[in-house]
Amino acid sequence: MPRLKSSTLYGWLLFAPAGVMLTLFAFTPTVATFWQSFFSRGTARRPSRFIGLDNYEAMIADPVFWQVAKNSLWYAIGTIPTSIAIALGMALWVNSKLPARTLVRMAYFTPTILPMIAAANIWLFFYTPDIGLLDQLGRALGLGGHNWLGSPSTALLAIIVTTIWKEAGFFMIFYLAALQTIPPELKDAATIEGASRWIWFRRVVFPLLMPTTLFVLVNAMINSVKLIDHLFILTKGGPNNASKLLLYYVYETAFSYFDQPYAATLTVVILVVLGVLAVLQVRGLDKRIHYR
Amino acid sequence: MTRNRLSLGRLLEVGAAWLLALLWIAPLLYAFWAAFHPAAYVTRFDLFAPLTLENFVVAWGYAPFGRYFLNTFLLVTLILAGQFFFCTLAGYAFARFEFPGRDLLFALTLLQLFILPEVLIVENYRIMAGLGLIDTIIGIGLPYMASAFGIFLLRQAFKQVPRELEEAARVEGCGFLGVLLRVYVPVARPVYLAYGLVSVSTHWNNFLWPLVVTNSVETRPLTVGLAIFGAPESGVNWAVISAATLMVIAPLLVAFLLFQRQFVQSFMTAGIK
Repeated sequence: MPRLKSSTLYGWLLFAPAGVMLTLFAFTPTVATFWQSFFSRGTARRPSRFIGLDNYEAMIADPVFWQVAKNSLWYAIGTIPTSIAIALGMALWVNSKLPARTLVRMAYFTPTILPMIAAANIWLFFYTPDIGLLDQLGRALGLGGHNWLGSPSTALLAIIVTTIWKEAGFFMIFYLAALQTIPPELKDAATIEGASRWIWFRRVVFPLLMPTTLFVLVNAMINSVKLIDHLFILTKGGPNNASKLLLYYVYETAFSYFDQPYAATLTVVILVVLGVLAVLQVRGLDKRIHYR
Repeated sequence: MTRNRLSLGRLLEVGAAWLLALLWIAPLLYAFWAAFHPAAYVTRFDLFAPLTLENFVVAWGYAPFGRYFLNTFLLVTLILAGQFFFCTLAGYAFARFEFPGRDLLFALTLLQLFILPEVLIVENYRIMAGLGLIDTIIGIGLPYMASAFGIFLLRQAFKQVPRELEEAARVEGCGFLGVLLRVYVPVARPVYLAYGLVSVSTHWNNFLWPLVVTNSVETRPLTVGLAIFGAPESGVNWAVISAATLMVIAPLLVAFLLFQRQFVQSFMTAGIK
C-alpha cells in the first residue's frame, strides 16, 4: 500500500514542472481565447465589455473573413495532396537502386532545414516581374511576362508552389522510414509470383504505407494552418487579400489593427479545426500506443 | 540478369528522379550564384563572371547580424535545455509511475501537438505581457519548453527500458531520480540526439512567434532580422539579400551537409515514434 502512495507522489512531482508550463502557455491561452472572443475591443475611453456573440456576428458579416477562409481551404487543397504525392514518389526513388542516391536524397531534403523566411527570399526573386527568373524563362520560351505575386489570380498559387517545395522533402522522410520496414522477403515473393512493379506498389507497398499516409496527412493539415511565414515576404496577404490565410489574418488583426477580441474570435475558428483533427488523430495514435 | 540491364523505362525514371532533385536544389544553387557574384550578374549566367565576397561584407555591415546570431544561438540553447528538463521529468512520470489522473493528463498534453504555440499568439502575447517578458529571449522560448512532442518521444523511449535495469540500480541504492539519471537517460541517448537536432533546426528557423514577441535588436533572432532586412522597402539589392540569406542558413546547412545521415535518421526517429 505505501508503495502505491509514493508512486502517486513521485508521478505528480515529476509531471508538475511541465504541467505548470503547459497550463500557462497552452491550456490557459486556449481557454482565454474563447473567453476573449466574447468581449468588445477596449479603447482608452471605453473599456472592453462583455458583448456575447457580437464578434461572431461581425465575423460572419466580414467579407474579408470569408475570402480568407476560402483561401485557406484552397491552400489546403493545393498543398496537401500534391506534397504527399511528391513525397511518396521521392521516397520510392530514393529507396530504390538509384545512381547518386545520397546526392538526390540530399537535394530533396534540403528545403526542410531552411527557414521559410530564407526560402521566401529566394523564391521572391523567381516571381518578380520582368527581371525575375520565371519571367526570363518565359521570355526565352516566347511567353509574355506576368506579375505572379501581384495579380490576384496567381498570388495564392505562387504561395502554394513554394509551400510544396518546402514540405515534400520533409514528408519523404516518413515514407522512407516506413519503406525500410517492409521485409525484403515480401519483394522476393512478389517477384516469384511474377507481379509487375505497379502491382507490387498497388497491392503491397501502398497498403502497408497507409498508416504513414494518415500520419503525414494530419501533419500536412496542421502545416496548412500554421505555415504562413512566407506570406510576410512574398505577398503580405495581397493583392487585395487574394493570398491572405487565416493565421496571417489573426496576426494582422491583433498586431496591426490591435483588435485582440476579434483576433481571438478568428483564432477560435482555427482551434475548432485543429480540435477536430486532434480527435481524429488521437484515436489513431491511441491505437499505436496500445500496440507497444 | 535482367536486373542489371537498364531498360528504357528505368532510364527514364532515373532521369526524372534526377530532374526533380535538380529542380528542388535549384533555388539554393541560385542563391549561391547571386550571392557570390557582383549585382550585375544576378540574372546573367556567365560562366566567367567574376567571383566576389563583397555582397557578404555589405550585408554584414547593413544590419547587426552578429547580434542576431548571438540571439538565435542563445534562444535555441535555452529552448533545448528547457525541453530536455521538462520533457525528461514528465516523460519519466508518464512512462513509469501510476498515479490518478495520469491518462487524462497525458491526453491533455498530447492536445498540444495540435494546438501549437503559433496558433495562440494573441493570448500568449497577453500572458507574456502580464509576466513582463515581452521583448526578452526567455519570452520567445517559454511556450515551447514543455513540448508535448518531446514528452511523448521520451515516454516511448523510457517505456522500452527493461525493468531489470531499474531494479539493479535500486539494489545499488539509487533513488527515483538516481534511476532516471543513471539508467533511463543514458539508454535514451539516441532519442535525445534525434529530438535535439529536430528542436534546434525548428527553432533556428522559427519566425512568427519571435516576430510577435520581439521589438529590438537585442532580442531579435536571425529569421526576424532577415525578414526586416529583406523587405522590399529597405531597397537592398538582390545580390546582398542572397548573401544575407546564405549567412542565416549557413550554420544549419553546413551542419546538415556534414551530418547528413544523423539529420535524416533523427527526423525519421522523431517521426516514427
